[in-house]
Amino acid sequence: MSGEAHTTRDELTARRGSHLFGRMRPSGVMVAVLSTLIVFGLIGLVVVNAPGFDRVQQAFFDPALFQRSLPLLIASLWVNIQMFLIAEVAILVLALVLAIMRSLPGPVFFPFRLMAITYIEFFRAVPGILIIYILGYGIPGLRIPGLVIEPFFWGVVALVLVWSAYVAEVYRAGIDAIHPSQESAARSLGLSRVQGLRYVVLPQAVRRVIPPLLNDFIGLQKDTALVSFIGVIEVFRRSQIVAGGAFNFTPYVVCALLFILMTIPMARLVDYLAVRDRRRQLAGAVGR
Amino acid sequence: MTALQESRGAPDALAIEGLHKSFGALEVLRGLDLTVAEHEVVALIGASGSGKSTLLRCINLLEEIDAGRIFIEGIEITGRGVNVDRVRRRIGIVFQSFNLFPHMTVLGNITLAPRQVLKLPKPEADERARTLLERFGLADKRDEYPDRLSGGQQQRAAIVRAMAMQPDVLLLDEITAALDPELVAEVLDVIRELAAEGMTLVLATHEMGFARDVADRICFLDGGVILEQGPPSELLSDPREERTRQFLQRIISAGRL
Repeated sequence: MSGEAHTTRDELTARRGSHLFGRMRPSGVMVAVLSTLIVFGLIGLVVVNAPGFDRVQQAFFDPALFQRSLPLLIASLWVNIQMFLIAEVAILVLALVLAIMRSLPGPVFFPFRLMAITYIEFFRAVPGILIIYILGYGIPGLRIPGLVIEPFFWGVVALVLVWSAYVAEVYRAGIDAIHPSQESAARSLGLSRVQGLRYVVLPQAVRRVIPPLLNDFIGLQKDTALVSFIGVIEVFRRSQIVAGGAFNFTPYVVCALLFILMTIPMARLVDYLAVRDRRRQLAGAVGR
Repeated sequence: MTALQESRGAPDALAIEGLHKSFGALEVLRGLDLTVAEHEVVALIGASGSGKSTLLRCINLLEEIDAGRIFIEGIEITGRGVNVDRVRRRIGIVFQSFNLFPHMTVLGNITLAPRQVLKLPKPEADERARTLLERFGLADKRDEYPDRLSGGQQQRAAIVRAMAMQPDVLLLDEITAALDPELVAEVLDVIRELAAEGMTLVLATHEMGFARDVADRICFLDGGVILEQGPPSELLSDPREERTRQFLQRIISAGRL
């Protein structure tokens, strides 16, 4: 493999826009900087000179309130982090079960396929917030003795139900992408269907779907804010409380910033994995 | 023939009776009969689409058959309640497109089935793989992933993977068809060696020269049955059937014989 091949590959990556600057030449960087300054400068001018700018600035960007609400909100963010970490583990397992159920061939497994498909269609169709309401208020309302009534618990359950439907489809796409000849090869060696799935198909499928999977997890992270609607005091509800007390929207801005900060590592990981995968595929093609 | 050999106490390694297989409206095999004795090397030839690959896939039950019976060492494998996984342990198959597992090293590919299916302990499975790899000149590729190997090396690794299960019969499905011409010889050498040491082989092939060298018997598939069969010297030089003659004529004019 020559150095030239590497350049072409990086240029290819740059052209697809994965890297912000890609392989720009110095003159290109200059143009980019200049153009950026002009565009953002103009937008800034329009906003700052808007008639209501002073009021908006005060309502959304109060420095004192920013400082005061930041530690409070960070403390509450921990609730969101707990929610999505617990949910992610459960989703990975439940979605895999659903995807496998949906991929089982033959007439014998028809009821399992039917169950999986019904589940996925249902939870993808109904807005997540409704599931959160129904579980969060409905189930504790049954007053079954000994049943958990914590809104945190039912909020997490609702997130798991909704997002595992999406993630199951991601898994299934990965399983479908593995050529049937791989399963043939496994079965021809005497491996059972389950063994073929476990040792041959799934390891390849999961590797392929890690980037889209992480992408769904970013969506899940944001959806943890919805659980506030059944009474969990997490970062969004805390922002509402602080904002309400101060008659000022600044805590919402802080809240948004925290969500962005929380998402950045995941987004960068997705990009990194996508680029690495593309490299590997190209390398594989060269090696052949 | 089956009855005769059974009376001598040595059943055929493989016997097929009246095999039918259709894909939708397309009837690929129409009552095919074939017997293969132990240590015999049988080459299947025939035009593309004549059913060579389908026949091999039926033999190791990768395709469900519509009618007929298949016996391995005199025991029917197509009856009801047969454990297909147990059958497949005894019948190895190597595919045209290698089908190595890309996420495993060569060693991982070879030891997967011995460990998971035969439940061999890891050291034993590794040892078995090492011996085979050494024999087929792949010892230094043990820890490589398949995409780092040449086509010929990949196909040899696939043969080793099938042999690691110590099958009674090895099926080879056009195993050189996907290879660059200069890589064909190294794979054929492996097959020659397997034949020489008495492995029972059934191979679908377009390599007529190789079939002539290595096979005890050549079967010409046409219209979903074995139209004609015989020792290579007879079948290739003096075929009885007009269809066989036409097929061989085309092969010769293509410079493949």
